[in-house]
Amino acid sequence: MAQFLVTVVPREPTAYHEQLHLLYLLAGEALDAASVARLTEELLHDPVVQTATWCALDRVALATEPVLAAAHIIEVAYRPGVTDNEGESVRIGAHRLGIEEVERARALRRYLLPPGGDPAQRASELAIDLVQTTLIYQPGGAFDERLGFYETLLAAPTEHALHVMAVPLLAADDETLLRISREGVLALDLAEMRAIRDYFAHLGRDPSDGELETLAQTWSEHCSHKTFKAEVRYQQDLRGEIAAPPPGASTLYPMWHELAGAPVTITSLIRHYLMTATDTVLADRAAHTNAPWVLSAFVDNAGILAFTDEHEVSFKVETHNHPSALEPFGGANTGVGGVIRDVLGVSAEPIANTDVLCFGMPDTPPERLQPGVLHPQRVATGVVAGVRDYGNKLGIPTVNGAVLFDPGYTANPLVYAGTVGLAPRGYHPRQVAPGDAVVVLGGRTGRDGIHGATFSSIELTHDTATTVGSAVQIGDPITEKNMLDVLLQARDRRLYSAITDCGAGGLSSAVGEMGAECGATVELSRVPLKYAGLQPWEVWLSEAQERMVLAVPHANLDEFLALCAAEDVEATVIGQFTNDKHLRVTHSGLNVVDLTMDFLHDGRPQRILEARWSGEGKTAPLPATAPSDQSAGDLLMALLAHPNIASKEAIVRTYDHEVRGATVIKPLVGAQMDGPGNAAVLQPVPTTTRGLALGCGINPRYGYIDPYWMALAVVDEALRNVVAVGGDPAQTAILDNFCWGDPRQPDRMAGLVRATAGCYDAAVAFGTPFISGKDSLNNEYRDAEGNRVAIPPTLLVSALAFVPDVRHCVTMDLKHPGNALYLVGTTQAELGGSHLGLVDAHAYPGSTQVPRVDLETARTTFKAMHAAIKGGLVAACHDLSEGGLGVAAAEMVIAGQLGLDLTLDPILLPEGVVVTLYSESPSRFLIEVPVEEREAFEDTLRGVPLVRLGRVTVEPHLRIEAEGASVLDLPVEALRTAWKR
Amino acid sequence: MHVRALILRAPGINRDRDAALACELAGATPERVHINQLAGGAVRLADYGMVLIPGGFSYGDHLGAGRLLAIDLVHRLGEALHRFVEDGRPVIGICNGFQVLVKAGLLPGCLAEPDCTPAVTLTDNASEQFECRWVTLEANPGTRCSFARDLTRPIEVPVAHGEGRIALRDEATLALLEAQGLIALRYTTTMGDQAISYPANPNGSVGHIAGLCNAQGNVLGLMPHPENAILPQQHPRWTREAARDEGDGLQLFRNAVRYAAAL
Repeated sequence: MAQFLVTVVPREPTAYHEQLHLLYLLAGEALDAASVARLTEELLHDPVVQTATWCALDRVALATEPVLAAAHIIEVAYRPGVTDNEGESVRIGAHRLGIEEVERARALRRYLLPPGGDPAQRASELAIDLVQTTLIYQPGGAFDERLGFYETLLAAPTEHALHVMAVPLLAADDETLLRISREGVLALDLAEMRAIRDYFAHLGRDPSDGELETLAQTWSEHCSHKTFKAEVRYQQDLRGEIAAPPPGASTLYPMWHELAGAPVTITSLIRHYLMTATDTVLADRAAHTNAPWVLSAFVDNAGILAFTDEHEVSFKVETHNHPSALEPFGGANTGVGGVIRDVLGVSAEPIANTDVLCFGMPDTPPERLQPGVLHPQRVATGVVAGVRDYGNKLGIPTVNGAVLFDPGYTANPLVYAGTVGLAPRGYHPRQVAPGDAVVVLGGRTGRDGIHGATFSSIELTHDTATTVGSAVQIGDPITEKNMLDVLLQARDRRLYSAITDCGAGGLSSAVGEMGAECGATVELSRVPLKYAGLQPWEVWLSEAQERMVLAVPHANLDEFLALCAAEDVEATVIGQFTNDKHLRVTHSGLNVVDLTMDFLHDGRPQRILEARWSGEGKTAPLPATAPSDQSAGDLLMALLAHPNIASKEAIVRTYDHEVRGATVIKPLVGAQMDGPGNAAVLQPVPTTTRGLALGCGINPRYGYIDPYWMALAVVDEALRNVVAVGGDPAQTAILDNFCWGDPRQPDRMAGLVRATAGCYDAAVAFGTPFISGKDSLNNEYRDAEGNRVAIPPTLLVSALAFVPDVRHCVTMDLKHPGNALYLVGTTQAELGGSHLGLVDAHAYPGSTQVPRVDLETARTTFKAMHAAIKGGLVAACHDLSEGGLGVAAAEMVIAGQLGLDLTLDPILLPEGVVVTLYSESPSRFLIEVPVEEREAFEDTLRGVPLVRLGRVTVEPHLRIEAEGASVLDLPVEALRTAWKR
Repeated sequence: MHVRALILRAPGINRDRDAALACELAGATPERVHINQLAGGAVRLADYGMVLIPGGFSYGDHLGAGRLLAIDLVHRLGEALHRFVEDGRPVIGICNGFQVLVKAGLLPGCLAEPDCTPAVTLTDNASEQFECRWVTLEANPGTRCSFARDLTRPIEVPVAHGEGRIALRDEATLALLEAQGLIALRYTTTMGDQAISYPANPNGSVGHIAGLCNAQGNVLGLMPHPENAILPQQHPRWTREAARDEGDGLQLFRNAVRYAAAL
């Protein structure tokens, strides 16, 4: 086979010491020099800024190349079998130019290293070993190694004879069952393995590899949520104190009280707390309105709300944590791709993305990292790039999110990705009929992503990367975009009867779920593959990205396939839905799977989990020394510079938040468009001024102390976000995403119970139903010695609020000198888990008191605030969160490029000015009110804790005094500099 | 005459709906058409009054932004598109569409016959990252493109791109672009009198060039997104400034539709 190498070099050296060349390898039986010359000229380089050369790939050509000026050279390529989008584009581009002879093409990057430095170390930074391969050499040599490297990359994948193996389960004892589970990365426990053995004992045969994999996938934590459906025995074994709700309001905290009566047995967390909360809220609502609102909760791939008479909106938030720990770019990239497909799975057009990211501390010393753990800085850079790449390429604005840092995320970073969808009402079919074709749409199937569902159900260790490397995938956003384009047309023409995304568990999960009520047959030889050599079970389980599975009635099949073909989207009939309640999978005459749907979906024994709460929150030991000598101003500067609070503009600007033209309140607001907005607002349908506000709440530091109060605090924060911009708290739905450690550890499980109980109390008190949720458990790292480190208990609550009229929205930047500044809400000495504790370890009064939401006051406050904003009485509004009053005031000053003159006297706590300024008591807002609206504003807020703290000044200074003495006086530019670090 | 505007769809193009809304508000009738429909002959370019190539990441922007769609344009629509341009009908490329027109050789066109080798390109931003932010644009008074020239004042619009820096083969090229009136739009500041630097010029383009046209003046390409600045609440500071009737970007579409209607 003729093989060629094309080298592309920039005309102007880059500013860095390190130079970058692009290399392309081309191969084809009939590929000739003239074609390669033409490809080089017309396709592979930009003559204005690059030069390009080509040669036949042989030793002589490599040996006669000019010697490059570099100490070392590193070349990086994707490993064979891993998606190489650039390489594939070369092949497509060649075909478009009429050069059909290119059969294989690969893209490489070549780095020219200056003298000094360790090339092996640099190579480990430039490439992710899991998916990429590198070659290091010195200029003017290593010709045979280079030739071998290139030829391996171009080699055709080896083909193996297809086989289906029986797994010897019938004769297995308990120890063998566990070994089979562990070695196969099946993540099944003994009870589950026994249930499978017993099922096959009835059939009188061993399961096939495909059957065991199908069961492991379907029963995985990721796909079946067995922890949230488990029977949990909750006990309290108190060694510390539990913060109690405010006296006299016990009816608003029923689940707190239920747990206080431990021991308690809960049969299913999701049913007992989350779904019941939604049912309760909707029943209350039905008592006074008939208007439909929640159209789907916890049933579909995403929660769905009625938005207007013509439109519905959907919202889903997912996590992609384990893959992002191993390959940050690919993990985050495919995480975004996956949640977009969840929204396609409810027949909606994706209209906005959200991302919430949790990393280890950016200044972690590299020598402190555990083996196999990437540095937090590298994880952060890769994850942000991965989020940007997928969202931007699909034309979906990324409009809301958060980034937080805690040492607990070093080995287990968290990547939450959310997507909002918009669809015409009544266009999402859910009726699979026997006889409908099973159609796989979109990307081709490869070996990528095998075991993703089960992989997410185990803890990471120092050698996870080598044992389940195949679980990591590379995304191909344009294939997803093409699929999206045809899917929306197919929806509008009502061509399919059901649809689901092909995510974790691949075809096994998608077909197994769609056919659960009726049955299905699939012939795997029809599935389009990226390359040959996959065994039947691999085709069936592969989690290759950018695929959806549809049920298409035969009458519509020709039209559907023609629609896909017209836009070059691959759609293939791989089987049909039946009515025998069996799942039957074959491959070229081999039986791969034959299971009853009943056993597949209902055969898993319910888990029983122990939960034990000690009330002993994990907080940093506090030196009981005298109060800090740091001034309130020094502390404010330190808080503004803390990575959790500091400006996220460097990240936000790399996300396209303008595409679709609907982002009417942007992530960055204010005079210089750099202020941290509370929440984004979309006007999704240009012909109506009705809007959607998107906010989120997350605060794992409270979770260290008590996950119950954390849950209330994060629901409160998500609602504060959306209320602060003009969202209606009476039309707000929320999503839960739990990221937790190993639920089999009773302390972790008890925290999970408490957080979920808090979700119930908050949702019911606020009247905000949960419409969707997801859990990611087992976020633990086990080192070579067996020590376990769990992430902080982390609950993300995402809020989607309706905005009656986007023209009434407000932003957080100060608007006019002379306006009054009010504080709404009650300030108490609540510094437990606060950010003050991160910048000053002295024990202030209240340092262990976790902030507690007063649900009665909070809901009254949100309602009154919404009325004031809707009534046009508010010029600016900012919610108080990390860093309390001090940080919120500083951010308003920075965003408005104006000043504030404030007194703490009306709220001054006996614990002092520092506690007053930086306490993180929830349910509070700072509000700027025009002088002429003060009276109306105070009337509207009657009955809510409200004080006037001062006024907006033209001079750009933040001045705060208490009892006649200056507390701090800082110019805006100093605040901005600290905040932008 | 009523104007039908063809909004080109292709793999990875994603601001087609945004562009269609802008054309509609500017008085045209937009139709979003997939490139396969044009290449296959099901739809004829000649039936349209103007063509708009929207933003996005055509074919993933692999091998350089716009490169693969440019090949499509030349090899699959070449003749029809050539005739459309010769007829003087407006063609606007925004962001990725601009990159496509440049890489297809349609912008700025041949600068010094008979040497028609490429002298202008769009490449990585000087900041080496994607930039999503609002910028201010002013028309070059000497441009051949009347729909840019007729902008009555500087306009505020967003950019959202990673490869928007105009790079030239040599300094002579800049002089040729200036002399031939091919520079249509430049980055400026809100005040209009400050020195222009990053981020006012978000990508480091030579001569602060934001948009180019061809010698005929009917093909315009620009990196910023006027189609995302057509409604009052799209402006980033609308909550703190006097109420607007519309976004600044709408003017540009109105000018182009008027131009097309007059042909």
